[in-house]
Amino acid sequence: MNKESAVSEKAKQEGADRSKEPAFTMTAPSSVKRTRTPAKEKFLHENLGRGVVTVFGFAIIAITLLIGVFLIVRGTGTFTKYHHSVAEFLFSSDWAPNDTADEGGGQVGAAIYIVGSLLTCGLGLLIAAPFALGAAIFMTKIVKQAGDRIFRPAVEIFVGIPSVVYGWVGLTILVPFIRDVFHAPMGGYSVLAAGIVLAVMIFPTITTVAADAIASVPAVYEMGAYGLGSTRWQVIRHITVPAAKNGIFTGIILGLARAFGEALAVAMVIGKTRAFPKGILYPTNNLTAAIAADMGNSANGGEQNLALWSMALLLFLISMFFIFLIHFISAKGELKK
Amino acid sequence: MNEEMKRRIKSAKFFDRLMTGVFSGIGGFFLGLIIVLAGYIIIKGIMSYYPGIFAFDANGIGNQFFNTIYLVFLSLVISVPSGVLAGIYMAEYAGDNKLTKAIRISIESLSSLPSIVVGLFGYLVFILMTGMKWNLFAGALAVSILSLPSITTTTEDALRSLPKSYKEGSMGLGATHWTTITQVMLPACTSRIMTGVILAAGRGFGEAAALLYTAGQSTVINWSNWDLTSKTCPFNPFRPGETLALHIWVMRTEGSLNANSENIANFSAMVLVVMVLAFSLLARYLSKRQERKQTGAKA
Repeated sequence: MNKESAVSEKAKQEGADRSKEPAFTMTAPSSVKRTRTPAKEKFLHENLGRGVVTVFGFAIIAITLLIGVFLIVRGTGTFTKYHHSVAEFLFSSDWAPNDTADEGGGQVGAAIYIVGSLLTCGLGLLIAAPFALGAAIFMTKIVKQAGDRIFRPAVEIFVGIPSVVYGWVGLTILVPFIRDVFHAPMGGYSVLAAGIVLAVMIFPTITTVAADAIASVPAVYEMGAYGLGSTRWQVIRHITVPAAKNGIFTGIILGLARAFGEALAVAMVIGKTRAFPKGILYPTNNLTAAIAADMGNSANGGEQNLALWSMALLLFLISMFFIFLIHFISAKGELKK
Repeated sequence: MNEEMKRRIKSAKFFDRLMTGVFSGIGGFFLGLIIVLAGYIIIKGIMSYYPGIFAFDANGIGNQFFNTIYLVFLSLVISVPSGVLAGIYMAEYAGDNKLTKAIRISIESLSSLPSIVVGLFGYLVFILMTGMKWNLFAGALAVSILSLPSITTTTEDALRSLPKSYKEGSMGLGATHWTTITQVMLPACTSRIMTGVILAAGRGFGEAAALLYTAGQSTVINWSNWDLTSKTCPFNPFRPGETLALHIWVMRTEGSLNANSENIANFSAMVLVVMVLAFSLLARYLSKRQERKQTGAKA
């Protein structure tokens, strides 16, 4: 990047220098009149465009900051306007916020929602991660050509299926299945159903990123191991996967981030019961489902409204944390090299 | 020693075959899952067909389908220019400094934001703060925020992957950097950017959580009303407009109001999946064609 811009700077300077050479002005036909001054021309052909794209580039920072600031202003209202403690919000399970504007006095313990999010995402990850890693290895190391021609497009389609559709399929197949096979209470709406729906959703994300990481391990590493007489499994286990470790973790974190932010698919199958689940066959609720369900009917600026905003702020902070984690992992990887 | 060696080789070979089997099993399961899932959605959708499902009234999904297309179109009108311009900045003008790093982190943050959070932001800024009712334009803005990072990154990657000679050739002829970008570099990577835009559009079709509180969950359109300022005019962007993906959600939560709600949801899911399939096939076709063009190979 640096080099490139240096080259272009140089090219520009050279161009400028050349135009000052008298030989050029002499050969130019005198009948041609310059209608625009070079300064104006430079503005139209370079600086205007450059200025516009710069504005749009920085607009991205502005949008992100704006979202962050609004979430913080709104999300901290629970603690500043209604004087609840952060500990109450995070660790108490008493959720009875007042829904009238500016009154307050209720309880805003969101622990059930937080635990619900953690449980469903953890379960989803537990199911998806081994499968995704296996699929990534299969499509890059075992059937490489079919992997590129069939598996990658298939994964892309998987990523593209709207989350509501996953939720709907979960609702029409998975929930009755869990009800009939495991005799779940509450008719199959459960942590298990949410975990499986999330697993199916994050599986392609982890697979794609892990497959890219595995494919980018230098071939010489593996050749060295093969040359020493290793079997393919030994190479995969001792060379390829350890070398692609950072990329695989990145994929897992991206998957987790997607799971945490998923709202409607989970809301359809989780049962939306405000209680800690007694097991994975029991229903509960989570952050995103609660926001999606209650935000519309809560009085703007009321205690419930602001508590829901605090939950949104929490989601925002979690997703920031995941990004930080990814940067941390890749920085550690760079350091090793 | 020799016996020991033989035993180890044997076990290594055994494990190799075993794990190949395991991985093949996972791979096969995975492919099977996609085929079964897509097949199930499509077949169930087709089986849920009933006369009048395409109708532009409460019993059909015509209005929702139109809203979806219109909303995605509006969001692309906003996000494509801003994303492409930001991408040009990142690829061509951004220096190697802290500010550029901040933009990169912002892009990353935006792309990993939960869509419900973006929806809430949109609700607060475009609905509550402007004092308007739920409307398509607010929904389009929310979806634009979601697709902006991917369009920006696609544009940047496309510009960066162009052969250096394009830029050098143009600038060597005396063109300015900006003229080089608009006249040489952008035309050369149009189809790569198009691929990114199509994928972003595909994601826009399926977006629901961000639209819950921006575009609204209702649709009242009068197709004979062509007064753009009227609330019931189909092309008025400032009217509530429920999209197809959101329709599935509404059919489930308030489904009891409609006798056909399950059929409608099944059919809508089918339409969405088919649209996503069509869009990703189109994107693949475009990028294949681009590849052929650039490498000069005949297919």
